[in-house]
Amino acid sequence: MTTPILQIDYLRKEFGGLVAVNDVSFAVAEGELLGLIGPNGSGKTTTMNLISGAMPATAGTIRLDGQSISELTAAAISRAGVARTFQLVRILPEMSAIENVIAGGVYSRANRWGPEAETRARELLARVGLEERSELALSAMTYIDQKRVELARALAADPRLLLLDEWLAGLNPTELQMAIGLIRSIHDEGMTIIMVEHVMDAIRSLCDRCVVMSSGTKIGEGATADVLSDPHVMAAYLGEE
Amino acid sequence: MSRFEINLMLLAGIAITCCAALPFMTEGFYLTLAVNIALYIALCTAWTLFSGPTHLVSLATAAFFGIGIYATAIGIEYLPFPLAILCGGLAGALFAAAVGAMTLRLSGVYFVIFTLGLAELARQIVTYLQTKIFGSIGLFVLTDHTEGDLFYYLLALIVAIFVTGWLIGRSRLGFAMRVIGNDELVAKHFGIEVARSKIILFVISGGFIAMAGAIMAPRYAYVEPASAFNATMSFMVVIMALLGGTRRLWGPLVGVVPFTIVTDFISANFPEHINIMIGLAFLLIVYLLKDGVSGLIDKAMRTRRGTRLQGAKS
Repeated sequence: MTTPILQIDYLRKEFGGLVAVNDVSFAVAEGELLGLIGPNGSGKTTTMNLISGAMPATAGTIRLDGQSISELTAAAISRAGVARTFQLVRILPEMSAIENVIAGGVYSRANRWGPEAETRARELLARVGLEERSELALSAMTYIDQKRVELARALAADPRLLLLDEWLAGLNPTELQMAIGLIRSIHDEGMTIIMVEHVMDAIRSLCDRCVVMSSGTKIGEGATADVLSDPHVMAAYLGEE
Repeated sequence: MSRFEINLMLLAGIAITCCAALPFMTEGFYLTLAVNIALYIALCTAWTLFSGPTHLVSLATAAFFGIGIYATAIGIEYLPFPLAILCGGLAGALFAAAVGAMTLRLSGVYFVIFTLGLAELARQIVTYLQTKIFGSIGLFVLTDHTEGDLFYYLLALIVAIFVTGWLIGRSRLGFAMRVIGNDELVAKHFGIEVARSKIILFVISGGFIAMAGAIMAPRYAYVEPASAFNATMSFMVVIMALLGGTRRLWGPLVGVVPFTIVTDFISANFPEHINIMIGLAFLLIVYLLKDGVSGLIDKAMRTRRGTRLQGAKS
């Protein structure tokens, strides 16, 4: 087997006495779309934060393309090729949509600046369906449009690995279909993606494989259909009797 | 370069030429006032280079300014005046780099408090060194530079600050600073070295402020730590820059000119009440003019453009 893009071994994060992530290990192969699922508070977002370097891990290693990134800062991890969206949308409110997207590529792995950066940003805005709103300030945009800008910004970084943290949350059914189509098309072009998600329809239709977490521990891993019918996983979601 | 920018440059050229003619037309009171205005334009614009995009309020102006004064006071015996000014800028930049490396990882209020203490720290160190090494508190700065000369040096410094600010605004660094000012966490997650970027801006800003101090040294004639490191100056710069607005490079301009004139009038006629006025002005600006006068101008221009567009549609 070739080296996976992302290899996580015995990852652990403690907040005081609380163990948010408890010796979790899994790997993601190049071009894979992995679902990271589990009930609220199971440690999914913390895992994403550890991968992107938002906070240091207590123990364990994270390797990107075989190189350890556990000790790196968020900025260095971004240059190594990890890009993300945030669970609660984080946009640059005083900047326009196009500037928000350019910001994704200026200092990250893409290292793109000037006319080239602007052209790329316009392509990406068109891709998420915002070409006509590119000059609008982000504070004047709707929630769904802000989410689209966030995705375009992450893509502008030319990432090796894309982390989507509940990118589908809060969308209405029509928007959801559009959004699922968008993620699929990005995946079809070969992008490696980890998505944290509660929308089960999206997980079923998009993810090849899932990792399930509950109370900080990995309780399941495998092909999506198998994992979702596993009695342990069902129990974690629905509560044990 | 857009047409707007060309027009702006023409306007700036005319303004600079008019200013340069000033020392030929007047002397005494008005020239002194003009030097004060030029000084605060230089200080506030240099301050805004750093504090505008980062939204970090620095009260270190007096520290940099005092270092500049001392650079000239010590250097003028050995160096020509322009070289002494450059040395002052270099000393200020080095000081900013050291302080920035220590403090720019601090956020918000902690940074403000630290910079407030900085002028006092610099004052104490200079006092200690002077009494230990030179055996006296003050230094004489004896030059034959007139008020008019100082005005020209300040004018040149202002041009340098504006050109630098304009270049930064167009650069990657300037863009990174805007991202940082909007959301530091996002900046970090897209490869921007936040602390390093802030330190670079702090060094540039501190260097220019120290140069302004170095230029003003001849006016003091006799320099002592208490007059060189004057904390009131740090507050004045913050108030004037906020009054003008820090979102635009030219923002401080519209704050400095009226404020300097009014301050001068009040301190001449009611010298006891100047601090009350500064305090009141601070409160009013913070409560009523969040984006300063330049913010109001921007808003008015946007509204006008908006109504014109609507008019065109209907």
